[in-house]
Amino acid sequence: MPQHDVLVIGAGLAGQRAALAAAEGGASVGIISKVHPVRSHSNAAAGGINAALNVEDSWESHAYDTVKGSDYLGDQDAIEIMCREAPDEVLHLEHLGVTFHRDDEGRLGTRAFGGASAARTYYVADITGQALLHVLYEQLMKFDAIDRYEEWFTTALVRDESGRIAGAVTRNIRDGSFEVITAKAVILATGGNGQIFDPTTNALICTGDGIAMAYRAGAPLMDMEMVQYHPTTLAGIGLLITEGARGEGAQLYNAEGERFMEKYAPSKMELASRDVVSRAEQTEIDEGRGFPDGTVALDITKVPRARILQALREIVNVGRDFAGTDITREPIHIKPGNHYVMGGIRTDVNGETGVPGLYAAGECACLSVHGGNRLGANSLLDTLIFGRRAGAHAATEGRAMAMPKPAGSELGREQELIAGIISRDRSGRRVSEIKAELGKTMDADCSVFRDENRLRGALETVKRLQEEVETVSIDDRGSVFNQDVLGALELKFMLDNAECIVMGALERRESRGAQYRTDFPERNDEQWLKHINLTVNGGDIPDVSYSEVTLTQWEPEERKY
Amino acid sequence: MPESYTLNIRRYDPESTETAHWQEFGVELDPERSVLDGILQVKDREDGSIAVRCSCRAGICGSCAVRINGRSALACNTRISDAARKAGGKPISVEPMGNMPVLKDLIVDMDAVHWKKIQRVVPWLLPDGEAPEREYIVDAEAMIDVTQSMACIQCGACVSACLALEVDRDFVGPAALAKAYRFVGDPRDGQTEERLRDLAEDPHGIYDCTHCFACIEVCPKDVAPMDQIMRLRRRATADFAIKDKNNGYGHEHAFVDIIEKWGTLHEAQLLPRSFGDGSLVRGQTEPGAVKQLLETLPTALRGLKSGKVSPKKVLSHPKLPDQDQVRRIFKEIHSKDERLELNMYIVGENAEDEEGAQAEGSGEM
Repeated sequence: MPQHDVLVIGAGLAGQRAALAAAEGGASVGIISKVHPVRSHSNAAAGGINAALNVEDSWESHAYDTVKGSDYLGDQDAIEIMCREAPDEVLHLEHLGVTFHRDDEGRLGTRAFGGASAARTYYVADITGQALLHVLYEQLMKFDAIDRYEEWFTTALVRDESGRIAGAVTRNIRDGSFEVITAKAVILATGGNGQIFDPTTNALICTGDGIAMAYRAGAPLMDMEMVQYHPTTLAGIGLLITEGARGEGAQLYNAEGERFMEKYAPSKMELASRDVVSRAEQTEIDEGRGFPDGTVALDITKVPRARILQALREIVNVGRDFAGTDITREPIHIKPGNHYVMGGIRTDVNGETGVPGLYAAGECACLSVHGGNRLGANSLLDTLIFGRRAGAHAATEGRAMAMPKPAGSELGREQELIAGIISRDRSGRRVSEIKAELGKTMDADCSVFRDENRLRGALETVKRLQEEVETVSIDDRGSVFNQDVLGALELKFMLDNAECIVMGALERRESRGAQYRTDFPERNDEQWLKHINLTVNGGDIPDVSYSEVTLTQWEPEERKY
Repeated sequence: MPESYTLNIRRYDPESTETAHWQEFGVELDPERSVLDGILQVKDREDGSIAVRCSCRAGICGSCAVRINGRSALACNTRISDAARKAGGKPISVEPMGNMPVLKDLIVDMDAVHWKKIQRVVPWLLPDGEAPEREYIVDAEAMIDVTQSMACIQCGACVSACLALEVDRDFVGPAALAKAYRFVGDPRDGQTEERLRDLAEDPHGIYDCTHCFACIEVCPKDVAPMDQIMRLRRRATADFAIKDKNNGYGHEHAFVDIIEKWGTLHEAQLLPRSFGDGSLVRGQTEPGAVKQLLETLPTALRGLKSGKVSPKKVLSHPKLPDQDQVRRIFKEIHSKDERLELNMYIVGENAEDEEGAQAEGSGEM
């Protein structure tokens, strides 16, 4: 039975960074991922990473932009840490080999990004996340102290007799064998849950596994209603067109040829924060000024062609391959689409969840540094800063303690559960049917504009699907690469996530950041400048509690762009 | 509007007694959707046991490389209508990548081949000395240049298509060598010469590539692995004059010298010049080369037999009628101080007609 001081689940940027930091802290480390690490969804973060590294810039300015972007729901102590530590992290990555764009003097060069008062986004063409992910993986290949479990699917966390998290049950996808991996600390870095929406920019693997596992283990989920709709996604399949396009000068037009952002954000225009731009687009579309396919137009031809080819190469490919559009010559049709969850497993600035032995970092975690709305190019930063902090903290904690002994019967229970799904008769609904209904429901009733009626309907649907998933039917009876059975497990994780998102959205009776309630259209600081925490209670719906938002130096103000 | 397509999927289940076989499935999809969408529709509606790696659906994660109508590609960025057209009325065939063992259906063992080769090239930056306080100051163009190989998503399509790998399983291969260039071309790396020497001396290294262009054709990210291999060779020969035991150095120079002299390839001159660093007439100059030249005799004999080389051709090879023009090109290139290397990010054609295009887009902020 393998043992590690620190076990990291998920091998995107947060997970890899955590593993490297823990190994540097002297810990023996295991890192598990249900896909090969370089397939992780951090790849998709195209535009860049924010840091106040220029001498004219300041971390305070970065922090203020982040606080304002969060619609004041961000915790300012955590935001301060993130923005203060950002420059050193970017330099560290540069030293490891990330091929950041340079200016004419050969120094790190920046691009502009949404919601930011200075150009402080460092980037590698429009493959920044990919470049970071692959460079960190180079370091993983270099480090012998890190054991990699690639293509292992984690099904549950395990505890020791004191109730401390002591490892995880995991299934080797290649042969179907199970293993309990024991660890002094477990860091969840499993990313977001965009697959519960259809369409989404998120990869097929983004099914909220870690969020659901932590929730089931008793960790509170915070601000789950805060789901970001990105302003520029392709209609239909939902693929992302990077905000870098607008950072480079691309403009938005409605079907009447009007540059409509003038009405909504006269000073920042297309570079207002994402919630603002997405609402503006959705308003134009809903009021009949969109194109017949339910979109508005993003005109990237405003950017010089050579610059596009150099700095926005990836979206040239996306436009060509997935929309049949040459973005260097014509506008491309886009709409707001599900992109990111600001909420997640509640953690402190060291990644601790409050459940002993359990940490979380990256998109699955919620400190909260993003509050009601995440700024572009802050997600890569979040993963790296808090991945590192969680890894380092877990390594230090681990040094002082003995290896725990998993107490429970989780292994047997999980094996039985999976065997049960595999051998079940095929009378139930298919995984794909339930997933499709969930996705359509969430996109229709829990997206840019929300109200109580639609949310109640969505909750009902989710509850029904939770029952149906108990008898879901699959085809694959084998052990080797049985992706079918994993799909059934992911679907259960997704439904837990969906329930909490809808619950949070129902609970927050105000409009703030990504949460816009047409029945409560104003922000209400008096009642709702607070986090919503959801905890599993064994009953029909989770327990709701609240926690204070930490304010340090910025008092809530009206938000204008 | 959805249209009907037929996928012919190569199935293999290691847990079954059945051997690998083909299975046809019908799908209904909009023509602009991808082959991956087709495979997923089959999985969703008909047979969930089909195994395929996939994640991002956007050509970024590199999971879903397969062979479509025999050609290695990402299933997610191959349009199903294009694939159907290329299949020419027959079903679209979808099978696992080549050059790697199949684990189940469309899934191959990339660890056993691809990742092993990546590990072979010491795939991490090895800078000299301590890191600077701030960033390394490096030429902007150099960073853009290595970004072409950074654009590699490790999908394995080039490994699957590589003809040299089919013959020599130990060939380091296109993906790993492109990865190697990512460090060799990186001015921050302190082991440039060591890396080049290692890959030049390895009999399965940079000189094992046969210039077939297959990797360039199939690469979904325009990494052009073969171009990166050629860059490694140019760095090894022109910048570091690494005279390797594979005679890659000699061979490279022989080609260039022959073209400069005759304009077209003088086959009979190639081997003696490659191995001996001298012409056939002048004889061999390096003692060790005699043995190697003798080892190439079967090749020469095959050439004679096929008519590629004839006694007459050995003795005389016609120059191009306008060989002077070829010479002028050589003169022009020799007169340049620096070698000009273009890649997908550095595109000469546009830089000139759109002035200021290279300037920072964020200057106004």
